[in-house]
Amino acid sequence: MRPFTYARAGDEAAAIRAVSSGGRGTRFLAGGTTLYDLMKLGAEAPERLVDISALPGLASFDTAGPRELVFGAGARMSDVAADSRLVAEYPALSESLWKAASQQLRNMASLGGNLLQRTRCAYFRGGEPFACNKRTPGSGCAAREGIDRGHAVLGGSEACIATYPGDWAVALVAFDAVVDVAGPNGARTIPLQALHREPGTTPEVETSLARDEMILRIRVPATPLGRASTYHKIRDRESYAFALASAAVALWMEGDVVREARIALGGLATRPWRAQEAEAGLVGRPLTLEAARAAGEAALRNARPGHHNAFRIELGTRTVAEALLIAQRRA
Amino acid sequence: MDDKPDGRNDNPASVGRRDLMIGATLATAPFAKAATAQVTATQEGMTGRTEVSLTVNGEAKRLSLDPRASLLDTLREELALTGAKKGCDHGQCGACTVHLDGRRIASCLTLAVQADGCAVTTIEGVSPEDGSLHPMQQAFIDHDALQCGYCTPGQIMAAIACVREGHVGNADEIREYMSGNLCRCGAYAGILAAIQDAASKMRAG
Ligand SMILES: Cc1cc2nc3c(=O)[nH]c(=O)nc-3n(C[C@H](O)[C@H](O)[C@H](O)COP(=O)(O)OP(=O)(O)OC[C@H]3O[C@@H](n4cnc5c(N)ncnc54)[C@H](O)[C@@H]3O)c2cc1C
Ligand code: SF4
Ligand code: FES
Ligand code: FES
Repeated sequence: MRPFTYARAGDEAAAIRAVSSGGRGTRFLAGGTTLYDLMKLGAEAPERLVDISALPGLASFDTAGPRELVFGAGARMSDVAADSRLVAEYPALSESLWKAASQQLRNMASLGGNLLQRTRCAYFRGGEPFACNKRTPGSGCAAREGIDRGHAVLGGSEACIATYPGDWAVALVAFDAVVDVAGPNGARTIPLQALHREPGTTPEVETSLARDEMILRIRVPATPLGRASTYHKIRDRESYAFALASAAVALWMEGDVVREARIALGGLATRPWRAQEAEAGLVGRPLTLEAARAAGEAALRNARPGHHNAFRIELGTRTVAEALLIAQRRA
Repeated sequence: MDDKPDGRNDNPASVGRRDLMIGATLATAPFAKAATAQVTATQEGMTGRTEVSLTVNGEAKRLSLDPRASLLDTLREELALTGAKKGCDHGQCGACTVHLDGRRIASCLTLAVQADGCAVTTIEGVSPEDGSLHPMQQAFIDHDALQCGYCTPGQIMAAIACVREGHVGNADEIREYMSGNLCRCGAYAGILAAIQDAASKMRAG
């Protein structure tokens, strides 16, 4: 591992200053469960780490507000997953956290770091001798002709088909969340929908954040759709695995009829994937088994299989349908 | 997981292991958390060492570390606490589980410098002074909850935390909240029984 220097930031402003003035090789460090892991693999090689994991203000969260839920970027996944109001009023948000990783990792991992976790593509993680445009821009993509079982069927490009592996961002995108960020030139608010990029021709650029912009908090508009929601995650094993396919779904029902629906896909796309067409098709109709299945098909309509991942198109379709029926039972 | 990094297991501490062995840990003076919490633990220059204070199983330790060292390597190689095991070094197996300020964590993905000012409990620190075993240790023996034993220290540290967190309501909940600890020998049935048994004893005691 490349040597680096380590500093603990005293507050948010000092952290931003340190990362900004430190230059290209300087990075924020939160729980380290992505960054340190990838440093061991040589996929990340920072020269300076600015530790923000002990900033007390960054770790607070408030799920009781009448207008919005506010999550400090430093809050730990385990603490937020266990919040009783979240469990009751926004089950999809809680589930997206407790169904991720393990309790050990959730005790370490921050909500902000979670959003910025990087792909689990084995070629990206493994590096040499495999080509990877994300790891070494312009080198090629070993996954395109290799084992692409876990790779994206939505949002891929010639250059990269790496899946965005996170769960929390998928649930957040279904709830129209925003992130407040701050950099050396001030603060701004980004819709979560606009935080992650599709790979296009530059798969190494994964988000719309500048290197020295820090996520301060995540905000979710309060909504009655929270109660009838679920994060349905299908994996190779029941627990402690990344999604083969997942769906975050939230419903507003009037009797049998759907007034509003939110659907986002995880584990299938190169970024958290909102399926608005599928949502629109449900509105004003009774939520039958057939309607749920049709919504699943609409959500995956533009999916493109590779060599080993075609099964995940049907799996994703069924995951959406099943998630809708689970959410309906909570309405 | 299908993202196993083809057998690579770079050991960050091994780079300067000899140096580390020399530079380290004879001192065990008591350092209060307050004295170190504000330290901006940096030394400029790429070969810089960082001073780290830890309370390990109740004993204060002061170490001079390469910032690359994981908490796991530090425990094992600096402090000769080899109970916590290195299974994967990537957060994927749970063998390295220890408690940091009372919470279970993966020590392989924790930078030792990040633990500065914190209290660490390892498997070596769970049994009472009188030499008896922690109820969870005893339950693992009673229920034959191991074969080779490599995963066991991590299982026990995770299991103790699992009980304290209140995630032992039923078998499914225990399985879910113990899923971060893999057992290659497949002793899961015994592990589950041991946790159920020890949970009632821990609550009673
Ligand atoms: C074995 C294993 C299994 C996992 N399983 C799952 C899973 O099933 N589902 C899932 O969703 N995740 C899973 N994860 C990923 C895990 O949830 C993330 O690694 C974790 O959430 C990252 O948070 P962190 O605080 O550790 O981030 P770090 O590793 O500290 O940081 C990650 C990145 O974000 C940047 N960063 C961190 N905080 C900020 C901030 N506030 N502002 C700006 N930049 C910041 C860092 O510079 C770095 O680039 C798994 C991880 C492992 C190791
Ligand atoms: S899919 Fe993306 S991350 Fe994986 S090898 Fe190809 S370019 Fe690299
Ligand atoms: S060695 Fe830490 S989780 Fe495997
Ligand atoms: S007892 Fe052998 S790995 Fe668990």
